This record gives sequence, C-alpha cells and structure tokens, in this order.
Amino acid sequence: MAREVWITGIGLTSSLGEGLDAHWQALAETDPPQPVVDTTSAAPFAFYPMVPLDLDKQIPRRADQRQMEPWQRLGAYTAGLALADAGLVGNAELLGQTHMVIAAGAGERDTAADGEILKGLATAAAPEQFLNERLSSDLRPTLFLAQLPNLLAGNISIVHKVTGSSRTFLGEEISGVSAVEVVWRRIRAGQGDIFLVGGASIAGRKDMILQRAIGGTLWAGQPASVWARPEKGGGTMLGSLGAFLVIESRDHAEARGRQPYARLSSVSSDQSRRRPGEAATNAARQFDELTEGRSDPVAVLSGATGMGDATREERDLLAALIAAGRVSTVRATANVVGSGIEATFPAQIALGALALSRKGFFKPADETGFEKAEGGVPKRIVATTWGIWRGEGMGLVEAVD
Amino acid sequence: MQDHRGRPVVAITGIGVVTSLGQGLEDNWAALTSGRSGIHRINRFPIEHLRTTIAGTIDFIKTEAGTAPSLTLAAGERATEEAIAMAGIGTPGNFPGPLFTAIPPVEMEWPRRRDLFAAADPAITDVYDRLIDVACRINDDFEYKSTLYGYVAEQLADRFGTRGAPISLTTACASGATAIQLGVEAIRRGDSDAALCVGTDCSVTAEAVIRFSLLSALSNSNEIPEQASKPFSKERDGFVIAEGAAALVLENYDSAKARGAKILATIRGAAEKADDFHRTRSKPDGSAVIGSIRNTIEDAGIEPSAIDYINAHGTGTPENDKMEAMSLEAVIGERLKTVPISSNKSMIGHTLTAAGAVEAVFSVQTMRTGRIPPTINYTMPDPGIELDVVPNQARDAHVSVVLSNSFGFGGQNACLLFAAEPA
Repeated sequence: MAREVWITGIGLTSSLGEGLDAHWQALAETDPPQPVVDTTSAAPFAFYPMVPLDLDKQIPRRADQRQMEPWQRLGAYTAGLALADAGLVGNAELLGQTHMVIAAGAGERDTAADGEILKGLATAAAPEQFLNERLSSDLRPTLFLAQLPNLLAGNISIVHKVTGSSRTFLGEEISGVSAVEVVWRRIRAGQGDIFLVGGASIAGRKDMILQRAIGGTLWAGQPASVWARPEKGGGTMLGSLGAFLVIESRDHAEARGRQPYARLSSVSSDQSRRRPGEAATNAARQFDELTEGRSDPVAVLSGATGMGDATREERDLLAALIAAGRVSTVRATANVVGSGIEATFPAQIALGALALSRKGFFKPADETGFEKAEGGVPKRIVATTWGIWRGEGMGLVEAVD
Repeated sequence: MQDHRGRPVVAITGIGVVTSLGQGLEDNWAALTSGRSGIHRINRFPIEHLRTTIAGTIDFIKTEAGTAPSLTLAAGERATEEAIAMAGIGTPGNFPGPLFTAIPPVEMEWPRRRDLFAAADPAITDVYDRLIDVACRINDDFEYKSTLYGYVAEQLADRFGTRGAPISLTTACASGATAIQLGVEAIRRGDSDAALCVGTDCSVTAEAVIRFSLLSALSNSNEIPEQASKPFSKERDGFVIAEGAAALVLENYDSAKARGAKILATIRGAAEKADDFHRTRSKPDGSAVIGSIRNTIEDAGIEPSAIDYINAHGTGTPENDKMEAMSLEAVIGERLKTVPISSNKSMIGHTLTAAGAVEAVFSVQTMRTGRIPPTINYTMPDPGIELDVVPNQARDAHVSVVLSNSFGFGGQNACLLFAAEPA
C-alpha cells in the first residue's frame, strides 16, 4: 500500500516577494496581478528580478554568505524559509534525517574576470598560454565552489544542517520535475520519510543569457503573455525564482503534529524528441493517468515558457481539455514570475499547494484572454512543466480535507 | 528473490568502462591488475603557467567539437554499448528501463568565447554584452544544446532507447555512486525491472585544472606522471585529475534470471550521509563518512566482518586518505588492518563524476576474477594509516563482499556494497 505524501513546508521567493502571504496577495488579491519586470538591465531581453532579500535572516553567518554567489544564496535562503515553515529549524535530529534532492543549474561565472581575459586574448601573442597565466592569477578559488551545481545542496547542509542525504539533479526544467517525482516515489515506497526538495534560478545573469541567446530561446520583444508569444516567433522571459518544499509521509507529518498545505498525489515525467505533437501526446497521457477515474475538472498551473511550438501545443491541448470539461481554468506561472528553469516545477507545486490551502485561486494575468477568470475554487490542481528543449512533466496536488 | 527487508534483490548484468588505460573491460582490467598507470603529461592544451601538468585524460577519443560535453558523451556511449552488449538486454536502441547519468557541469568553453569575442562589435563596452550580441546573430544550435545540463543524458537516452525522462545528476566526486543508487532504488520500488546507470566525465580543460589547483587539491608531482598518484602513502600530495566513463546494467534479480541473463554480482547496499562541516573538508570526527559507511552496511543487512575487500575512494589527498582510514576503522574496528583495500585512482587518477561508477565496475570485476588490483606508487607508507593497501602488486584472493566508497566536495558521501552472486 503506497503511503500518502504531504506538502508540509513551503519556501517561495520571486520578483513578487518573499513567502506565501506576499505571493497570495500579489496573485490572488490583486486583480490583475502586477508582474515586476526589468526591461533595461539585460536589454533587449526583459526578465523578472528577485526582490531584495535580507540574507542575514536565513544565512546568519557572513562567512557563509561570502562563500556563495547570488544563485546559491537565493537557494540557501529559500530553503531556509521552507524548513522554518515546516517547523524543522533547531530540530537537529530531524534535520539529520531529512533527505535533500535539489534541482540545480550552474552558479555564476566571474564575468568581469572573463571580460578582461577576453580583451587580453584578442591581442596575446600566445593566446592559450596567456589564458593559463591569467586564469591562474585572476580566478578566485572560492568562485569554483560557488559555480559547482551540487554546492547549493552543500551550502544548505552547512547553513541549515540538513544532512540526511544530498543529491543534485541536473537538466534544466525537467530536473525540477524529476526531483519532486523521485521524492514522491521514495516516500510512497518507504524509501525515506521527510525530504527537502527544490531549486533556485537567478535571471538577468549575463553568463546565462549568453547560453540561452546562442540558442535563440529568449523573448526580445515587449513583455507579453506566454500564450501570445507563439504567433510572434516565441521565446522565454527568464524569472528569478526560489522554490523549496518540505515533503513528508502523512504518518510522519501527523506524528509530529504538522498540517499539510496539500497532498502531492502524483508526479509524472517523460521526454519526447519534440517532433510535432509528441510533447502534447505525452502530456495528454500524463493528464489521463493523473486524473484517472475522476470527472470533475481540475485547475491547471502551466509552466509554459513561451517557446513557439511547445507553448502552442500545450495551449491547444489545454483548450481541448477545457472544452471537454476536464480543466476548469489555466494560469501560466511564467506570466507572473517568469521562467525559473530548474525552480519552475517546484514553484508550481508550491503555488498549487498555496491555492488549495487558502481555498481560492489566482487571478489571470494574460492579455490574450486564454486564462479565464471564472473556474471556482479548485480542489485539485495539475501543474505542467515542459522544458524549453526537452522534458515533459506533470504533477497533481489535492486539497486535504 | 528478496533481501532482508523484503525488497527485490538488485543484480548487475552488464558493465562497461573507458579510462585513460584504454577502452573496454578487458584492456582496463589487464592494465589495472598489472599495475600500469594511465597518468601522463597533458597534451590536450599547453601547460605553460600550470602548477599541475599531468592528468589521466582519455586521448584516444576524438570528437569534432572537442569540447567537454562532446567527449563526455562519446565516452559514455562507449561504456554503455559495452554494458548493454554484455547484459544482452532489450533490443538495439530499446533499453527496457530508465537512465540515471552522472555528468560533469558543462559550459561554453574558452575557444568559443574567443571566437564570439573576435566577431563582436567593439562599440559595445561590456564584454558579455558583446558576446550576447554576436550570439543572437549566429544562433548556434549545437553550442546551445551541448552546453545544457540535460544534453549528455538526452543523447544517451535517445541512442539507447531508455524509458521516460532520463535523470542527470551530480554529487561531485560521489556522482557515479549516486547514479547507481538511484537505479537500485528504482528497482527496489518495483518501478522497473531494469535500469541503466552511467557515470561519465571527460572535462579536463585548462580552466578545470587551474580551478582544482587553486583549491590545492591536485598533486604537483609533475616529474614522473605515472608516479604522481600515491594514495595512502606518506608523500601523497593531492589527486590527479582524470577522465573516465562507466556503465552498469542493473536488473531485478528474478527477472534477470528468468530471461537467462548471467548475473555478474548483486548490489546489497547503497546509502549516503551528508556532511555539514565545510565545503571541501569532512567533519574532523569523521561522523558523516562513518554514517555513510554504517548506513550502507545496515542497508545491506550484513555485519562489517563480512566485508572482504574495500575499493577505496583513496584520492591521494592528505586529508581524504587519513579521513577514509579513520572512518573505516571506526566501523570495521581492529580487523580493518587485515582487510585488503586498494585505490584504483593510483593508476587511473580521479575520474571525478565518473569515479563511483568506474570503481563499481572494477569492484565487480575484482569479485569475478578473484584478483585485487593494487595501490601503486606505495613506496613510503604513512605511519598514521595502518592499512593493507595491496601495495604495488595485484593479489589473488577470494572476494565475495566489496565496499566501495565515494566522497565529494559539498559534503557528499555515498557508499555501495557489492556481493558475488548467491550460489
């Protein structure tokens, strides 16, 4: 008999604010929600910047802060919010049993050092030798650690004392899905009782924009709804996002007297080659599996990125599910906080759990009208996340009454 | 068959490996058991101004791009081909289970940055703005995809036809072990009857060498490359960075038997414990490393006395080897002095992300052949480390239970426990 899986702690940080109240206020109590977009610092690309964080609140030692760059700081900070929310702070025994699965990208490069070296390389008589010399003298030793993907988890262990185990998944958007899925599967099967899972992403980083720009994946026009972008060439607006969840077995949560935000009922992932229609076929199958045996409609939090073909396919699929009465209404999280890559799926599960626990839903932020205001109070919410390049994931969260 | 906790037993039915010693299990095993080193002078890039000029690069694999992700993929493909062929599982391009792949972090490399900069508009003041401006105009699909973290696993999944979304992962130098652990867990859950676990890492670039150098992690014994990696010896002075790839086909023991597969070994235990002490150093009391070893033995449901060989993490850094010996003694006790323990890294160097998987393959081969590969370059014992390191010469021994350790930066500790096939 599979064990029930509960979400008992949430840490959420974005351009809209910090914590659940701030997000509820911005997304459910403000109509329409007012996204915060930076259109100048990385022009022509707009992005959703992180709100200023008082790092001392979650990363009290300045020495720890100095060992990290913004991405790891955001992750460690947001993980701390989730642990506090779940009532784990100070409980050394439980933190020592808490397993961690983090979805990570790369930390920041020293773009100033890179820039100086590139200028020198252009005129160096022996470029490769010059590169060796300058890297040896210009790279800060600590920066390597700030760049290593698994050092977000490492820093969470150091700062927050989570030491049950530590695993870091890679692979952009789908890594966030896989992280939550593996946690869900392990708890159901009794391979662990309590987990910290999540990810973080910093938008506006020039090193990351370079990587995304060379693939032509960024939206360069005026900010627009993801649902409007496919017809205009498509593209992603990156968002700074931190999302961490404490997930545990129902028995474990009840034994320590914790109430859940929601039940994590199912997570599913797959990966197509993205020939026309393949991603939608995967998602349609996942939707059937997740909602099996139930005819009442679910609300959907879509992770659509605005990439042309994928977002068009997802929109068409969701429109068909709405027409069939299986989906009540849709919200694209990227329209309010941007695309947070590895953090996207954990953030959607967090927002879904938030809406269920507050017995309400979010206001549309979509000038195309695809997102309808009506839909009532959902009891079940499906989160979709398709990678910009690869991966199709879906999760179902349900109200616990 | 079920284990002591009523879980399906996990069998290994295929293994494949590539290191600086060569391609394939046979060549690697011959070299490893004859005490040959694959460490050599770096010739992939100029070594001027580098403190460390040696490595265990795989120089016989070439790719058109020549970049870390392309080489990492190529090595991973070769190891996987060998493992799947040995297991005789599925049909070509159709592996009946999920893929777990340990990969190194990859990114745009210096030659590419230089090319972009050379094509840039000098009127743009910020260097990265210049690069981005060029990037937008050229739209290089391969550069984009191959520098995504999902790239290597996606290519492997496509080529070998694994099921579902592949999982790419890193736990630094414990990554290979973690990939195997994920496969073990999936089979124990009954999610799948088979899993493909791969660790691959061909990321030795000038910048990688410099970064590890700046952390004082690398051996500077450049004069005689073959003698630089000297785990457990008194004059050890760091690890030797290296490349490698390994793949293991894991299966539910019963379903493997049912299809007539040859069982190479079983995985009895897999566990980990994170350290919260420091980004690159273990807790002085060894409690996290000890916890990882203890959890693994407990997961396997055996007594420490059952372990008859230890495949050491054995990096050759002053810190690791001392900590590993101390932690093993805490778990195994006085008997540790008589348990053979050797470090493959003395010959192949530290294959980083791949190490846990590469050393898992060699652990299995140790049991299959009854021959323990040596720790070479062991000429000056460290009086503080009393271990039977199988010095310099391979040794014949009946080995039926192997503990393999993997530890990494970021407080990563993961161990695996292999057993010979139950007769």
